[in-house]
Amino acid sequence: MQFIRNEKREELPLYGAADSSQKQKPKEGGEGDSEAQADGTQKMAKKGEELKEDMDSLVDEIDAVLEENAEEFVKNYVQRGGE
Amino acid sequence: MAIASIMGTEIEYGIMVKNDPDFDPISSCVLLVNAYSEDPAGEILWDYDQENPLADARGFQVDGEKYTPNQQENIARNKTLINGARYYVDHAHPEYSCPEVTNPRDLVIHEKAGERIVEISRREATALLPAGATMLVYKNNSDRKGNSYGSHENYLMDRRTSFKQIVEYLLPFLTTRQIYSGAGKVGSENRSHPCDYQISQRADFFETEVALDTMVKRPIINTRDEPHADREKYRRLHVIVGDSNMSEYTIYLRNGVTAIVLRMIEDGAIHKDLVLRDPVKAIKQVSHDVSCKLELQLDNGKKMTAVQIQAELLDLALSYTASRGNPPWVSDVLDKWADALERLERDPMELCEKIDWVIKKSMIDRFMERKGLDMQSPQVSMLDLQYHDTRPDKGLYYVLERQGKAVRIVTDEEITAAIHTPPADTRAYFRGECLRRYPAQVFGVNWDSISFADGDEPVQRIMMAEPLKGSRSHVEELLDRSPSVEDLMANLKV
Repeated sequence: MQFIRNEKREELPLYGAADSSQKQKPKEGGEGDSEAQADGTQKMAKKGEELKEDMDSLVDEIDAVLEENAEEFVKNYVQRGGE
Repeated sequence: MAIASIMGTEIEYGIMVKNDPDFDPISSCVLLVNAYSEDPAGEILWDYDQENPLADARGFQVDGEKYTPNQQENIARNKTLINGARYYVDHAHPEYSCPEVTNPRDLVIHEKAGERIVEISRREATALLPAGATMLVYKNNSDRKGNSYGSHENYLMDRRTSFKQIVEYLLPFLTTRQIYSGAGKVGSENRSHPCDYQISQRADFFETEVALDTMVKRPIINTRDEPHADREKYRRLHVIVGDSNMSEYTIYLRNGVTAIVLRMIEDGAIHKDLVLRDPVKAIKQVSHDVSCKLELQLDNGKKMTAVQIQAELLDLALSYTASRGNPPWVSDVLDKWADALERLERDPMELCEKIDWVIKKSMIDRFMERKGLDMQSPQVSMLDLQYHDTRPDKGLYYVLERQGKAVRIVTDEEITAAIHTPPADTRAYFRGECLRRYPAQVFGVNWDSISFADGDEPVQRIMMAEPLKGSRSHVEELLDRSPSVEDLMANLKV
């Protein structure tokens, strides 16, 4: 079976690697924390803030790519049973 | 004595064309698999002579008609790839069956290579559609309207293990395995109890314990007895109860743990009574309980949670593996299995970067909180579907992976290489290399055979009944000194 080839093939976007415009936020979690105990509370608050920022940026990125007209889209996704 | 692990997966993808009022799934599938242009183009038949999907592992043959397409239809629907995989149209779905591998890490690499291959051809197929139309492909198992399509795992087993024994120990294992292998789903279907979110995509669809069917009255244990290998020595266990997973960690754990449990069944190493009173009811109960705390009724009157049943099996696996030599991947899988069970016991949300259903739920929870939505919102349904989108820029699993929110097992380089390279340690190597070296002479392929048509010579079929034979160490030298199929045939006869 022959199909006409489209001449222009775009480059595939990267999978695993984050591209430069969406830098990975520093990872939360403090295993191997060497800071003094006294700094604990302040550090926790900072971590909480980082975590929230992290989540906010993630939700923003998802929101930016989420299909529009979700209701219609999901309604139209109908498959035949398989296997 | 347990045999070496050989495994593979068959993934059926969901397909749609956006902005096409005349969308037809079958012709879209044919367009999709034929648009794939990374392999040398050859018109190669899938060799249906070797297939018998009506043989039942319980020892009988079921009445029915064997499907055999005509030659033109066969070529249009089946592609065998140089990486040893089969990429084809199964009813109304594109399907990717990865080549045979010997361990769960290679399985992850090759299942993921399948996602990339589907995505490459999706882009090429979209370029052939009228302007404005976009083909979309989803690696999930349900349209949430009562239609399900499968994700099947295959494991080679010793023929001497009785099927009755397999059923007894596998039922409680497969019923509860979803706690670390489910892909997650918003809502319920197929007349199952209503719920907001559940662990498995597929649990709602299982209606019986053991049967040959896969499309109606789906069984937890499928009895298809089609070994695709020496029938006297092997059976191929066809596990149809799993979900299509996006997370590498989940795929790794799913196949790794299952392979270990099957070795234990072969060696008679499971001697605890874990028989569930009603596995069909239990599989749905487990799926609908995101706390993983629900106690299931055992046939002996006791009650255990899914985590406890899995922990019993893990204990048995630890003593089983301690007393014997194991392939190197086994201890890593056992560590990850133990870690997952500990976290599930404590708080399943601790697995929010490792296990699909938790990764997806965590994403949905964050999104709902920020946007003030609930589980009934269409946007939440969209999140569920789009998690499985194969486009790397739009698929939400890939977004999370790029953000470091999904723990990985393999590298992008390994996945990319597997698009063009078969596994080196199984007969997939011989299959893939023959397709790469002699694309014009390969006439037909099946898992356990490859046939050549060379000029006016009659078609010659080479049987590959031993899945470990035909590996690189076994045949590379033979192929290197066989520049043509004629040479190959002559050298094989020596």
